[in-house]
Amino acid sequence: MATAQAKAQTIEITYREAVREAIRDALKRDDRVFLMGEDVGRYGGCYAVSKGLLAEFGPERIRDTPLSESGFTGAGIGAAMAGMRPIVELMTVNFSLLALDQILNTAATVRHMSGNQFGAPVVIRMATGAGRQLAAQHSHSLEGWYAHIPGIKVLAPATLDDARGMLWTALQDPDPVLIFENVMLYNMTGKLAADAGPVDIDKAVVRRAGKDISLVTYGGSLWKTLQAADALAAEGIDAEVIDLRSLRPLDDATVMASVSKTRRAVIVDEGWRTGSLAAEICTRIVEQAFWELDAPVGRVCSEEVPIPYPRHLEEAAIPQAPKIIAAAKAALGRA
Amino acid sequence: MSAAADKPRLSRAHVLDLLKQMIRIRRFEDKCAELYTREKIRGFLHLYDGEEAVAVGVIPVLEKRDRVVATYREHGHALVRGVPMTAVLAEMYGRLEGCSRGRGGSMHLFDHASNFYGGNAIVGGGLPLAAGLALADRMRGEPVVTACFFGEGAVAEGEFHESLNLAALWGLPVLFVCENNLYAMGTALALSESETDIQRKAACYRIQAEAVDGMDVVAVEAAGRRAVHAVRETGKPYFLECRTYRLRAHSMFDAQLYRDKAEVEAWRLKEPIVRFQGWLEANRMIHADDLVRIEAEIAAEIAEAVAFAESGTWEPLDQLTRFTYADKAA
Ligand SMILES: Cc1ncc(C[n+]2csc(CCOP(=O)(O)OP(=O)(O)O)c2C)c(N)n1
Repeated sequence: MATAQAKAQTIEITYREAVREAIRDALKRDDRVFLMGEDVGRYGGCYAVSKGLLAEFGPERIRDTPLSESGFTGAGIGAAMAGMRPIVELMTVNFSLLALDQILNTAATVRHMSGNQFGAPVVIRMATGAGRQLAAQHSHSLEGWYAHIPGIKVLAPATLDDARGMLWTALQDPDPVLIFENVMLYNMTGKLAADAGPVDIDKAVVRRAGKDISLVTYGGSLWKTLQAADALAAEGIDAEVIDLRSLRPLDDATVMASVSKTRRAVIVDEGWRTGSLAAEICTRIVEQAFWELDAPVGRVCSEEVPIPYPRHLEEAAIPQAPKIIAAAKAALGRA
Repeated sequence: MSAAADKPRLSRAHVLDLLKQMIRIRRFEDKCAELYTREKIRGFLHLYDGEEAVAVGVIPVLEKRDRVVATYREHGHALVRGVPMTAVLAEMYGRLEGCSRGRGGSMHLFDHASNFYGGNAIVGGGLPLAAGLALADRMRGEPVVTACFFGEGAVAEGEFHESLNLAALWGLPVLFVCENNLYAMGTALALSESETDIQRKAACYRIQAEAVDGMDVVAVEAAGRRAVHAVRETGKPYFLECRTYRLRAHSMFDAQLYRDKAEVEAWRLKEPIVRFQGWLEANRMIHADDLVRIEAEIAAEIAEAVAFAESGTWEPLDQLTRFTYADKAA
């Protein structure tokens, strides 16, 4: 993937704006694309992602929905099956549970169950993750649950390039794609190539090359992991950081290549530890690269509690750089 | 279309066709029940015995471009819509030649050629899908009707209410057809709904609604014609409640502890085939040899379907996971 720096013209942009640009671009490029969800229009999106789009594209294509997660998600799936390319926005992953029936029982099954006669090329975006003191019904990270489901693809854009570029590629996919946007990233500012465009949606990427340990992560945890890697570097530990980008399918090859080189791995995942995506990645490393390992695979996950409201407890509940540093050192026997 | 188009055309050819379609479903499903006891068909099998007038009354009124969404009790809908009996039975056998490559079975009949969108075994799950199909048509300005069939049990689901609201709010061309057979598995309507007059629920969403005797194929067809016509003319949803009765068990695993045999027997006397046939005989619109011919044609079609399913092949094991996602473009 081309990095922003490699391009001549760059613009200063937030993650939120990058997602908005991606939606705007898709709406312009393809008549079949429309955005639907709760408060995406007049309110501008609960995380202000779609602000301004209603004025530009009108209420048919920036479609405010009632509070009917199952109903409008199913409607998006149906519209996709009938040839449209809807982008369904769910306010948060916690609310997506009310639409889980349609996502799992219809979108994910219909191609196989119909013997390939029907597919549902819908894109479903939602916010995920903790950090805004929104407590136990707005802050969970359930993307790992979705990654359990055959028939859908699951993306976690962590960078501006991916926020800008994954959507179009997802819309070209003949199958349902879920995009998880970590709430702590929306305000992240950085430089993006003025002509940034579509990116692949099936490869993990090495965000920081290193030789001593592989830190495997995705989404909001990427930046904490990079921070941890910097701190480790100051102590002479050269960590490699892998951004999974796609949680389903998982790019095993990139992970195994890294682990085979560094011989040590820690997985950083904002989901709860038990039955987590981190558990899946750990298992794959053990299955595919066991003989390359010099140490047990480590995990930094969320604590097994509903995400609490007070800042100190919320911070303690989810992965943070100090925990990542400690886990990396433990894997290196330098605790 | 003029108002005259809403009136059923009770020509001899037409009434014979209505009768034949109902008998065709009944005989086919009788065969399915037999094949089930012989373990040719496995899994869940939900029969439509007693309810045939609904699919036969409504579906032929639709045009080819229209769409159909059904439930797990959908053999009749598929047959009337034009999914070949051979492909339906092969599907129930789990054969590759089935209308869903054998991957769906009885509950998941799909057919792209006839815009038949399943075969949904989640009670209420088809309603949002129907709203979405209709949304696509509405956004493109295409005068297509999506007919969505569901049982009265689905009325208690949130997806029912969400979908009716969406359809009314956005003006979606959906014909909601509630097949009210009075029981959701073993739960009688009065035990699950505070308001048992189902069609009234549509009124809360400002959807035009009517209830019809679902055991009277002529009445269903007339109502279906009105309904489809209204949806196509207005582009808005319409709600048709067909009052009917399931004469057989819910599925093949049902001891029917929840209702009296006498109740079932009483409904048997009102069932749609006997009733329509009697009416045709009384009005001298049918001859004995018509019935002989109809039965013979159906028997031949069923025999052909059985032979087709029996000689079908199994999906090769190496295809197990294929079509979980689309094949990668070459
Ligand atoms: C969401 C959901 N809950 C429960 C079931 C189990 N179930 C299958 S059929 C059925 C009864 C549905 O009754 P109704 O909608 O009236 O349709 P009918 O079977 O009478 O045609 C139930 C409870 C299911 N398939 N889906």
